[in-house]
Amino acid sequence: MGRFALGIAATFAAATMAVAEGAIAPGDVEYDEYGAVAASLTGVAGDAENGKLLMNKGAGNCIACHAVSALSELSFHGEIGPMLDGVADRWTEADLRGIVANAKVMFDGTMMPSFYKTTGYTRPGDAYTGKAAQGELAPLLTAQEVEDVVAYLMTLKET
Amino acid sequence: PAMADPDADALVVNGEIEMVTEASAPAHLEGALKTVYSGWRFRSDETQAVQMDDFDNPGMLGVEVALDAWTEVAGTEGESCASCHGSPEEMAGVSATYPKWDAAAGEVQTLTMQMNECRTERMGAEPYAYDKGDAINMTALLTSVSRGMPMSVAIDGPAAETWEMGKELYYTRFGQLELSCANCHEDNYGMMIRADHLSQGQINGFPTYRLKNTKLNGVHSRFKGCIRDTRAETFAPGSPELIALELYVASRSNGLSVEGPSVRN
Ligand code: HEC
Ligand code: HEC
Ligand code: HEC
Repeated sequence: MGRFALGIAATFAAATMAVAEGAIAPGDVEYDEYGAVAASLTGVAGDAENGKLLMNKGAGNCIACHAVSALSELSFHGEIGPMLDGVADRWTEADLRGIVANAKVMFDGTMMPSFYKTTGYTRPGDAYTGKAAQGELAPLLTAQEVEDVVAYLMTLKET
Repeated sequence: PAMADPDADALVVNGEIEMVTEASAPAHLEGALKTVYSGWRFRSDETQAVQMDDFDNPGMLGVEVALDAWTEVAGTEGESCASCHGSPEEMAGVSATYPKWDAAAGEVQTLTMQMNECRTERMGAEPYAYDKGDAINMTALLTSVSRGMPMSVAIDGPAAETWEMGKELYYTRFGQLELSCANCHEDNYGMMIRADHLSQGQINGFPTYRLKNTKLNGVHSRFKGCIRDTRAETFAPGSPELIALELYVASRSNGLSVEGPSVRN
């Protein structure tokens, strides 16, 4: 379904700007039985440098919940999720893509937000305004941003 | 929450009001929490100290403003709060029981709603705007005279339905971040979420003077802020949802001392 979905994703994107051309739409991502996603969401290699920025800023803000020693120059790392040091030794790229895109598939009921999902929310808001969301929701991270974050996570090796 | 539990400090205000900041969880929390803690226990020593003396606590300025309003005649009936209720000290213990079922009104009322009932139905005065200055100052006066007394909110009988609604809201994962109150304040209290040390989100300390926005804050405003932070559409202060949530959260604070006006960051 992957290729076919691309066409749909592109038409969709033209209307909503939510999904970049050529990217797999959030609703079309294929998770395996464990929650891993084998195929790149964009076919474009992730940019680990941008992924590193997203760990700290914007809708990623992963270190709100996770500590990462390699980012120790940034202050205030959270303690809610596991420390991400050595995460690339524990997980494959496909696993990490699945976890970042929608961690709830792999970890049932987890507190970790789903970064590449646009439906199924209760009272979704318009970002942090407290007002109701207008129209279609954009995912928290774009498809390419998911790839960028995954590329950064793949640099977190201890062995 | 094992890593960064509440600290071991004891809260005594003005060297005389001994606060219970840690208590066995009320029975209805069985399976959820064993012990309930005041939010004071999760704040830094510096922030904690501000609440320990009324001369340092900026929230007491709101109490003073309300002391004037207490004796001020307002509305068409020529009444003041004092003309019916005497001195504010006679209201000691009242705030600890709110929100509370009001049989005549046939609804659960928050302290703010009860005050406004007195204003509109007994004084012929305008209601205070929900969670705004006048209302917050008057609730601060009413909690200040109850300080040190245990929160004891009733959840049975006719209040049960509202309580159930509040409980459901507490466990609902709102917004695009899909986070419930429980995700942060039950499952992860004691942990850091970025720069914030998560407490149990108790409301025994309300209204709270926040160093961050330098004013007294109401319960509903705080709830609204936490819901907004999940990237959700919030509920309005005074809405049925936030009234129900307040009853439920207040019942989680049962056993902890009334601290309002407290100081938080
Ligand atoms: C609100 C909290 C929160 C945020 C924000 C968050 N996570 Fe997580 N994350 C968790 C939790 C909790 C787990 C543990 C999974 C579970 O529930 O069992 C987890 C697990 C993980 C894992 C698996 C780690 C391991 O070693 O098992 C990875 C990888 C991960 N998160 C990456 C990220 C990235 C990348 C971001 C940002 C794009 C992010 N997380 C944002 C809470 C969060
Ligand atoms: C004309 C008389 C009158 C005036 C004036 C009045 N009240 Fe009341 N108040 C009452 C009565 C009667 C009740 C009990 C009614 C009830 O329980 O609903 C009450 C109840 C209350 C309660 C709840 C007491 C409890 O034990 O639950 C609070 C709090 C309160 N008033 C605050 C105020 C404040 C604040 C003002 C002024 C802004 C005020 N009242 C003015 C007559 C008055
Ligand atoms: C994403 C995490 C998060 C969620 C979800 C959340 N809160 Fe909070 N809340 C915080 C943080 C951070 C603070 C400030 C530190 C503290 O007191 O815990 C806070 C503070 C509070 C306080 C003030 C406590 C005090 O001692 O003054 C209350 C009350 C509260 N929250 C209630 C709620 C309720 C009710 C909900 C659900 C509607 C909720 N929170 C959802 C993060 C959250």
